[in-house]
Amino acid sequence: MKSRNTILFTLLAVAIVALFVVDLAIGSTAIPLSDVWAALTGGECDAATRDIVLKIRLIKAAMALLAGAALAVSGLQMQTLFRNPLAGPYVLGVSSGASLGVAMFLLGAPLLGIAASPSLQLLGTAGAAWVGSGLILMAIMVLSRRIKDIMVILILGMMVGSAIGAVVEILQYLSDENSLKSFVVWSMGSLGDVTASQLWVVIPTVLVGLTLAVALIKPLNLLLLGENYARTMGLNIVRSRRMLFTSTILLAGTVTAFCGPIGFVGLAVPHLARMVFAAADHRVLIPASMMTGAAVMLLCDIVSKMMTLPINTVTALVGIPIVIFVVIRNRSIV
Amino acid sequence: MIRFENIKLGYGSRTLLEGASATFERGTLTALLGRNGAGKSTLLRAIAALGKVESGVVRLCEDDIKTLDAEQIARRISFVTTDKVRIPNLMCRDVVALGRAPYTNWIGRMQEIDREIVTEALAAVGMSDFACKTMDSMSDGECQRVMIARALAQQTPIILLDEPTAFLDLPTRHEVCSLLRRLAHEEGKTILFSTHDLDIAISQCDMAAIIDSPRLIYRPMAEVGEDVERIFGISK
Repeated sequence: MKSRNTILFTLLAVAIVALFVVDLAIGSTAIPLSDVWAALTGGECDAATRDIVLKIRLIKAAMALLAGAALAVSGLQMQTLFRNPLAGPYVLGVSSGASLGVAMFLLGAPLLGIAASPSLQLLGTAGAAWVGSGLILMAIMVLSRRIKDIMVILILGMMVGSAIGAVVEILQYLSDENSLKSFVVWSMGSLGDVTASQLWVVIPTVLVGLTLAVALIKPLNLLLLGENYARTMGLNIVRSRRMLFTSTILLAGTVTAFCGPIGFVGLAVPHLARMVFAAADHRVLIPASMMTGAAVMLLCDIVSKMMTLPINTVTALVGIPIVIFVVIRNRSIV
Repeated sequence: MIRFENIKLGYGSRTLLEGASATFERGTLTALLGRNGAGKSTLLRAIAALGKVESGVVRLCEDDIKTLDAEQIARRISFVTTDKVRIPNLMCRDVVALGRAPYTNWIGRMQEIDREIVTEALAAVGMSDFACKTMDSMSDGECQRVMIARALAQQTPIILLDEPTAFLDLPTRHEVCSLLRRLAHEEGKTILFSTHDLDIAISQCDMAAIIDSPRLIYRPMAEVGEDVERIFGISK
């Protein structure tokens, strides 16, 4: 078992490196792998190529890597915490909550006549997404303690998503052209518009979120048996839940703030990791989801660039079959 | 040992117990009896610190439960609840290993001694052959035994069980109860379990705790015949 996991982790690591390099090579102008390598290592290649690789594609690929890992881990945490195999940041409306936060900020701030400086805009977008996703998470927590039927929770999550969509549309209707444009571009979900300064906000927050997730491995394992059992085995439920929420908000909220709502990665990747590693132990699942998420997201980015599709469309096409498979297999789950 | 000192227990606005005192000694198997809604689960949850008593003191091995933190309680009490646990990919061995949580480090690393305790716990409930099977393909009785093994691996002086015999067929009920009896008598554990199964309770248990709201009747099983007849409306 141990050696099988070692092989799988090694294969995943190799896949991630390979996909990362391919992601750098592919785009509106194809760059040969040798030139990509030269640009990365400071070897000889022309200045334009170096700029494309280092200033545009490297940022985008790094964002894909982080976004994939972050969304997958936040999905895994939500699935375990809510004991719901169909939980994920997108399906349960956490991404919608973040969207509403960003919409309020991008559309609302100009309405109130607050002109934001670029750095304020950057932190405001992230902060608004954290607040929005945090509020939705708390609402799900309260609901899922009263309602045990996971399908009801899912339907409510979708309703919340639609309701938020409606509110966002009202905001759009009231907004001026400039702020509307920046919001619409954001909502299409794109890795392409991520700037270097945004990446410097994303890297530390996602790293903090992932570190928290690693610290939560034992609590998550205990929560597999449900909250009651976890508490009688010595879990401090209040502290663990607080840490889980913080981690999920940092991971899912930050990614949504800068890449827009990206669907199905958070829901599907943990299942993919469970199937590939045949594991339920979070000591395996946390790193497995992180790495599988990063690989899947890089792959989706490559496909989206090759076919010039929005990333959201690609993740949906990749993720939905996995989700359908899980639904059919688990008809009688919990 | 569990001790109640003048406890008051409620559910919502209803009072279930008032002024109840009792001492559950080590090495005894006690059946917790009462009609539906009498408050058996509520009482068990209060002892395990999943719920609260409205007033009075619950002591676990002499310590007031309010002064203990989650991990200290987990080293004194293990609880087998009515929650169904069927997790894909999780082997019985791993479920039982979770019982070692109060003793392992931040990531839950198992030492050699922990693995031995898990193996012994599975053997004690007769489930050694199931160590590497996953629970989603097992019967209710087998799952119940694994959950009891998990409680044993937690190595607590007190074990609580909420309706451990529900959903089990007759032979399995007897097996589970005689297992609990053996654990109480041979390993000196204090075991308290709720049940609706009067016959088995009378034949296997040392003591009876009957919730006759707002009273708690706590006496040797041999002396509660009349109360049982009155509360459950049966005549022999």
